[in-house]
Amino acid sequence: MKNLPLLFMGIFFCLAFSFSGLILSSMIQYGHLEPVTEFVNHPDTGEQIPGAFIEIGDKLVQGVNQPDEQTFPIESVGLAQQGKQTYINMGCLYCHSQQVRRKGFGADYERGWGDRQTVPRDYILQQRVLLGTSRTGPDLMSIGMRQPSAEWHYLHLYNPQFTSPGSIMPPFRFLFETRKIGDAPSPDALKIPDGFPAEKPPAGYEIVPTDRGRELVAYLLSLKLNYELPESRFSE
Amino acid sequence: MSPLLSFFSSIDPRPKPGVPLKVQLSQIDREMRVPIVLFVVSAILWLQAGTVFALIASIKLHNPEFLGNVEWLTFGRARSAHLNAMAFGWGNNAIFAVSLWIMARLCKVSVKHGGLLVVAGAFWNVGVTAGVIGILTGGLTSVEWLEMPPQVAPLLAISFILVAVWGVIMFRYRALGHVYVSQWYILGALFWFPWLYVIAQTMILWLPARGTVQAITNWWFGHNVLGLWLTPMGLASIYYFLPKVLGRPIHSYYLSVLGFWSLALFYNWAGVHHLIGGPIPVWLVSAGIVGSIMMVIPVVVTAINHHMTAAGNWRAVWCSPTLRFIVFGGMSYTLASLAGSAMALRDINVITHFTQFTVGHAHHGVYAFFTMTMFGGIYFMMPRILNREWPSAALIRTHFWCAAIGITIMLVVLHAGGWIQGEMMTALDADGKPKYAFLEIVTALVPWLFSRSISGMLLSIGHLAFLVNFFWMLAGRKGDQDGPTLLADPNEEDVR
Repeated sequence: MKNLPLLFMGIFFCLAFSFSGLILSSMIQYGHLEPVTEFVNHPDTGEQIPGAFIEIGDKLVQGVNQPDEQTFPIESVGLAQQGKQTYINMGCLYCHSQQVRRKGFGADYERGWGDRQTVPRDYILQQRVLLGTSRTGPDLMSIGMRQPSAEWHYLHLYNPQFTSPGSIMPPFRFLFETRKIGDAPSPDALKIPDGFPAEKPPAGYEIVPTDRGRELVAYLLSLKLNYELPESRFSE
Repeated sequence: MSPLLSFFSSIDPRPKPGVPLKVQLSQIDREMRVPIVLFVVSAILWLQAGTVFALIASIKLHNPEFLGNVEWLTFGRARSAHLNAMAFGWGNNAIFAVSLWIMARLCKVSVKHGGLLVVAGAFWNVGVTAGVIGILTGGLTSVEWLEMPPQVAPLLAISFILVAVWGVIMFRYRALGHVYVSQWYILGALFWFPWLYVIAQTMILWLPARGTVQAITNWWFGHNVLGLWLTPMGLASIYYFLPKVLGRPIHSYYLSVLGFWSLALFYNWAGVHHLIGGPIPVWLVSAGIVGSIMMVIPVVVTAINHHMTAAGNWRAVWCSPTLRFIVFGGMSYTLASLAGSAMALRDINVITHFTQFTVGHAHHGVYAFFTMTMFGGIYFMMPRILNREWPSAALIRTHFWCAAIGITIMLVVLHAGGWIQGEMMTALDADGKPKYAFLEIVTALVPWLFSRSISGMLLSIGHLAFLVNFFWMLAGRKGDQDGPTLLADPNEEDVR
């Protein structure tokens, strides 16, 4: 090959081609997606109907976002938002995905990981999208609905064997502290199961989550897939 | 003379006419000595660090209490430290050494700006060290292949750009004549990687794109680290060393052209296959599957080209340390790529996605192909750079067999274990309920993960042998050996 301008052009073109084809075109196709409403006003009667959309005949009518109205997906804020930082910097993503595939492709639906497929709109408010590519552990897209108990999460994080014998998830004891019981035991002190005497704190001490532990559990509890979108309805 | 002109003439490294080629080449080797030794020493040290993180992460997967209370070595961090130490510490330093040396030799001009490379190498290693420490201490970004905290990105980007600029200067002032196939791959990769890195860094970490566009950018980048950086550099090395050691030309020029352009065109698109079934438009997934399947063309073409070049010379392949590693790498490239194309098919992907099968596949490409090829390149390059031979053939043999057997075991157990994991994950009973509870799948996976740790220990022994042999060579005085260190006597008649 001696025609160098052609070589350079070709090298440039190949990369530009895939960048435009994959990234620019997806930004154009769905970069403008907005959250959907909690209520739809019926176009004829004006009646407020819950949900992001209503079907009238064969037409789908979407709601119009009003100020101060709850919209979906819900942005994670406060404690949950801080917990997401811990989720990120511990590398939870390397074993846990956050995406549900459609019913019939894999067994995501049958495993109860979500009642519907997740779609691009579910992720638009996330500063960092954590789809994940590994399921050494279960999917967490709806873990806040499957395990709504904070106590379960604390025990599971402290030592996964408490709640899930045989699990290969690492323990996250460093998200907890052992401290002297004050006037009264703390309400969120861990109740270590009796099968694990070695894990019990010494008498007069209790094990409580640190701020990071509390935040992480708040984040896990906030992961819910309990709303429908016009483009993704709950499967039968 | 205008300042601009005088600048250009000052960076013109062309030699005076009339110097014989052999003299020129050994002059280039001498001029490249400082940067190459810096890169190779760093590469080998990173290889050891990456191996230690790999063992820690691997043992943790079947024995979660191992170092369980050390926060900075929790699985997610140890595993990311392993990936970054290997890909950006070992991989990039090895690439800088081997491919820049190939570039310099093929351009046949005196190397004037080795200092630029030393600066780039220093920046690079400081950047990766800071990045890996960042990952361990809480800066992990959880963006696959971009795990290092974004603060180190400018350092790495500057270093990349310095290397690319050096490559282009070299190429601009090359001795006239034909541009060899290795140079196309190296030039392409030197151009592609800085762009990929800067775009991905910007669109995911600095100014995040909206929603799952991030995921698409992530896999466009992540897969192209393999496809447009490690792969072209690995192929450039095979294209250089195979004919060089055998003393015969590449089988077909036209197959080389076809292989290069089809790779450049199709590999770009393949990354989306990591998102099959995910929350992105289905047409993008289909485009990614098409790109992945079309990769069969460059792979088969390159395989034919390499095979026809080596065919009939198996004795030489057996004796030469360089060729043993390079041919192992070339054959793995073919197998790994064909397996990758198959994994992009929806029916296969539904089983293998999210399992250890993918992890096995990643090691197939990055270790069995890329790393083995780089080992081979370093075995050829260092005697010429240092002007002395490898001190121990036994250590090279240990390195080869530990690496070859270790990676083969790892590939078998991860592919088999991953497939079983995927089958159990998707299996439904007659009532349409999952046949296996999640923890049953985990239990079934553990023996495979344990075997992976065993294979990793074998790899570690190989890496140690490499380290010892290399530093022994570096510390030793100029050898009094007659010829190169070979793994078998080339004159023996029992052709294997």
